[in-house]
Amino acid sequence: MKFLIEYIGTIFKSLGSLWNGMRLTLYYFFHPKEIHTQQYPDNRDTLTLGERFRGEVVMPHDENNEHKCTGCTSCELACPNGTIKILYKNVVDETTGKKKKAIDEFVYHLGMCTFCNLCIIACPTDAIKMSHDFEHSTFDRKSLTKILNKPGSKLMKGVE
Amino acid sequence: MKYIYDFSFLTSKIHNWFLAHCSSGWTILWEMVIVGLCAITLFVVLGLIFVYMERKVAAFMQFRLGPNRVGPKGTLQAVADTVKLLMKEGFTPQAADMFLFNLAPFIVLSVSMLALAPLPFAKGLQIYDINIGVFYISAVSSISVIGILIAGWASNNKYSLLGAMRSGAQIVSYELSAGLSVIAIVAFAGSMSLSDIVESQRTGWWIFKGHIPAVIAFVIFIIAGTAELNRAPFDMAEAESELTGGFHTEYTGMRFAMFFLAEYVNMFVVCAIGATLFLGGWMPLHFGNLSGFNHIMDYVPPFVWFFGKTFFLVWVIMWFRWTFPRLRIDQLLTLEWKYLMPISLVNMIIVAFVVIMKWHF
Repeated sequence: MKFLIEYIGTIFKSLGSLWNGMRLTLYYFFHPKEIHTQQYPDNRDTLTLGERFRGEVVMPHDENNEHKCTGCTSCELACPNGTIKILYKNVVDETTGKKKKAIDEFVYHLGMCTFCNLCIIACPTDAIKMSHDFEHSTFDRKSLTKILNKPGSKLMKGVE
Repeated sequence: MKYIYDFSFLTSKIHNWFLAHCSSGWTILWEMVIVGLCAITLFVVLGLIFVYMERKVAAFMQFRLGPNRVGPKGTLQAVADTVKLLMKEGFTPQAADMFLFNLAPFIVLSVSMLALAPLPFAKGLQIYDINIGVFYISAVSSISVIGILIAGWASNNKYSLLGAMRSGAQIVSYELSAGLSVIAIVAFAGSMSLSDIVESQRTGWWIFKGHIPAVIAFVIFIIAGTAELNRAPFDMAEAESELTGGFHTEYTGMRFAMFFLAEYVNMFVVCAIGATLFLGGWMPLHFGNLSGFNHIMDYVPPFVWFFGKTFFLVWVIMWFRWTFPRLRIDQLLTLEWKYLMPISLVNMIIVAFVVIMKWHF
């Protein structure tokens, strides 16, 4: 008798759980307007991306063409597949008149990047960040090697 | 106007026209040709509609949009896919059994075609009214497993063979509970002829008239029917995740398309039987004494009722497919032998009791 009660109980319990799933898909079926998917090529102008979306690494510059990168190579060391390479040049410090190192070229190989975000986490001065630009396809592999600091740019004052 | 409500006018007109122009033997031959052409046209149209419907229903149930590029709202997507399949190379593996490999899709397709014969599509529109229609359909639909087994064996591929064996085990076991739930309605109606069963539902559909036993039989029929169709959540024969494609792993081009088409036509046949037995076939929705309501329902043509009910059941089966996770083969057989089979046996006894006591309306 106990077996029979358990047997019938399983049937009703499983029917209930099946109905739970079916109710959800039924709700989805009759609410097609709530779709989260964005119709990308159609809404290219009005596309909205999440705040944490990882497009590519960029280095923001302010209006005086100054960036925040000190060339500490934390990002280069943090990168698991050698995407970032920092090349140096010597500059004269304006206040002290001494020679010191500064970045010449911040080389970023987009073709090798896996968008893991480790370089951004490693950066102590928030010099680099992930942009929302994701249309990277090109016909030439060379154009994927990017120099992130703009020509003639300098280190922002007060960052070091 | 009367042609829409009763197709026997049209069929008798065609029959008389042929009789006036040629001998009775030629008349039958020409009529068979016409019916065959109609069946093939129905096949292709249904295949196209179902493929599009399946993709759209799946998309909406998963919060997507589905095909929306080819033609208005993506309606021409299925046509484009068919053209693509026609252009593809029909490839036969070297180690395969050539004859059986090429024969199998035709067996599967012609079996699902045979099952169309006793279906009453509308009033007076039935290809062949046999007095054992229900029995005929359940007999014919179990032949399709032979086609699947041939396909699996002739491919000479372990995935194909495993898929075919599973399909065999599945159809043999689920045929039982599907048959038993059909027997419940046969007991209610007192006839095996599908046209008689439809006629017996003039006062109300069996799912309403037959109380709870009919509802149980209906649920079991839908579950067992889905299993017989080899559709997810019972798609052990295809099993894309573990058997790559099951019995049609090695098939390409048009022969693959035939399996695909046969699957969708089988879905139509199962849903049409379900609609005919439980939901009244082409009979309009009637409630006992509400003569005004009944009169309004009579204005809807019978074939609209039939196809409406069938498409509703097709939608329900698609709803299952895109909601439930797939079963393992042992879970599948447990469901049949430990649950559906005993329930439908007990249900059949209850039905017999209800019929003897005349408790149904």
